[in-house]
Amino acid sequence: MSTLFTLSILQSALELGCIYALVALALFLSFSILNIADLSTDGCFTLGCAVGAMVTLSGHPVLALFAAAVAGVCSGFVTAFLQTRMGVPSILAGIIVNTGLYTVNIAVMGFSSNVNLFACDTIFSLAKEKLSYGWYADWYKLLIVLVIVIILGVILSLFLNTRLGLSIRATGDNEHMVRASSINPLFMITVGLCLANALTALSGAVLGHYQKSCDINLGTGMVTIALASLIIGETLVGKGSMFRKIAGVILGSCLYRFIVALALRLNVPAEALKLVSAVIVAVAISFPYLKEKSSFYRQRNHNRNAYREEESVNVSH
Amino acid sequence: MLVIESVSKTFNPGTVNEKKALDKVSLSLEDGDFATIVGSNGAGKSTLFHAITGNFYVDEGRIILGGEDITYCKEHVRSKMIGHLFQDPLKGTAPHMTIEENMALAYLRAATNRHAYFSRISAKEKKKFREQLALLDMGLENRMKQPVGLLSGGQRQALTLLMATMVTPRILLLDEHTAALDPATADKVLALTEKIIAKRRITCLMVTHNMHQALSLGNQTLMMDGGRIVFHVSGEERKHLTIEDLLEQFKTRSGKQLDNDRILLSR
Repeated sequence: MSTLFTLSILQSALELGCIYALVALALFLSFSILNIADLSTDGCFTLGCAVGAMVTLSGHPVLALFAAAVAGVCSGFVTAFLQTRMGVPSILAGIIVNTGLYTVNIAVMGFSSNVNLFACDTIFSLAKEKLSYGWYADWYKLLIVLVIVIILGVILSLFLNTRLGLSIRATGDNEHMVRASSINPLFMITVGLCLANALTALSGAVLGHYQKSCDINLGTGMVTIALASLIIGETLVGKGSMFRKIAGVILGSCLYRFIVALALRLNVPAEALKLVSAVIVAVAISFPYLKEKSSFYRQRNHNRNAYREEESVNVSH
Repeated sequence: MLVIESVSKTFNPGTVNEKKALDKVSLSLEDGDFATIVGSNGAGKSTLFHAITGNFYVDEGRIILGGEDITYCKEHVRSKMIGHLFQDPLKGTAPHMTIEENMALAYLRAATNRHAYFSRISAKEKKKFREQLALLDMGLENRMKQPVGLLSGGQRQALTLLMATMVTPRILLLDEHTAALDPATADKVLALTEKIIAKRRITCLMVTHNMHQALSLGNQTLMMDGGRIVFHVSGEERKHLTIEDLLEQFKTRSGKQLDNDRILLSR
């Protein structure tokens, strides 16, 4: 195992897992809780990375994270506005925004398809200066992303039990109830999507800092990858309190990165990973349905065989 | 106090499916009044409720609740003062949220400060929920952390009733809320409904297809047909009315037999 899985691989898988966990949390909010498939996630992730990179280039790495989150809120607001006020179906709203964001992202990066941050300070290089002594000197990256994801996870789980949070959850759970209980579902969808996209964009910005570059195609397939993490987390941790579910999502994201790291280690070409995540998501989502089907067929065949045996016994008599 | 002034609503106007669902309906209820509504299929009973809750805006007329004109008030704004129970017990609660969370939602919606978005439920309030659940006598007070989806239809309807009346509504609308339950559970939920309404003097409108209930519950009986209220009886006159009288009245007022296929004549 040690040859297959070195400590540095474990470490980088955890780091990436925590960074991408923010997107998984975003989809937890929009997909699991609000029951909306937000397909603008890909573009929003790149938007966060681009905005973060440009603000970082101008010398404000910490501010960059907040700027990215604000950009995400704007993107989420447009998606929500289209579906709540303009009558655009939710999936289409996401696709439209995603398409539009491509141009926006290019424009943000000064009409170039990539930007690099090698020459300037990032949150990681700032932390490295502060944490250069002691046992944690090698772990400063993990420490930062862990702190970010834990803080946001705790805030999210607390938030989902406030009045606003409960209302958002009810909106995705029972439309009839919501309309009969003085909750404005349109407002709740808007708030939910703004928050989810803020998380997505923040994730993009942190990843930009982590790999010191931003590319226009960074976000491609992000929805599927995040969904895979979400489903792995839900399958592992299952039902329970909100805190537990959120911990499961973060865990799922880390585990997904382990799988990816393992695959890369086994010389699976990096290009194949998108197909692997697509298969994981397709299988995981269809699994409960197939399970039900197969138990029905088993039951049916069992009953048929029982009758057949009975008949053959009767004939032989 | 609820005042409905000659309210009309036509669905799909100008098409072959045009349907005049409400035809100049007028109705006035005092505080603490409890009226039952009977009528044939498609008479406009549920449509009347939806007009009150704001599911659609009426074509003409006015709706005044507690002295406030709510005719063009948005649905989620007016539902703050209206309790609404549906026939389908699944409609009133959020299945993936726990009993406690559902109750918190009902409680927080009428919190004194409208903009207290980040308020949370305190331990004291949780205790209060527990006490209220205990009143249902269904053992729900020990299942506060369980998702509502695990409850039976009757339990969910009882919980919905509790949630709808947690903060006293200006009017409670009951749309055949016991019709989908088994007889024993239906009786229990109905008894509970009567108890809560009487105790808090809630103004209430109740659609029923049980003729016995129509006369025995509350202090008024309304009969609807073709989008109109064809018969409205209360007080002394109502006390002496029998089910046969009611059916006879319907026949003379609407010129046809009562044809609700679910109508129940027995007690």
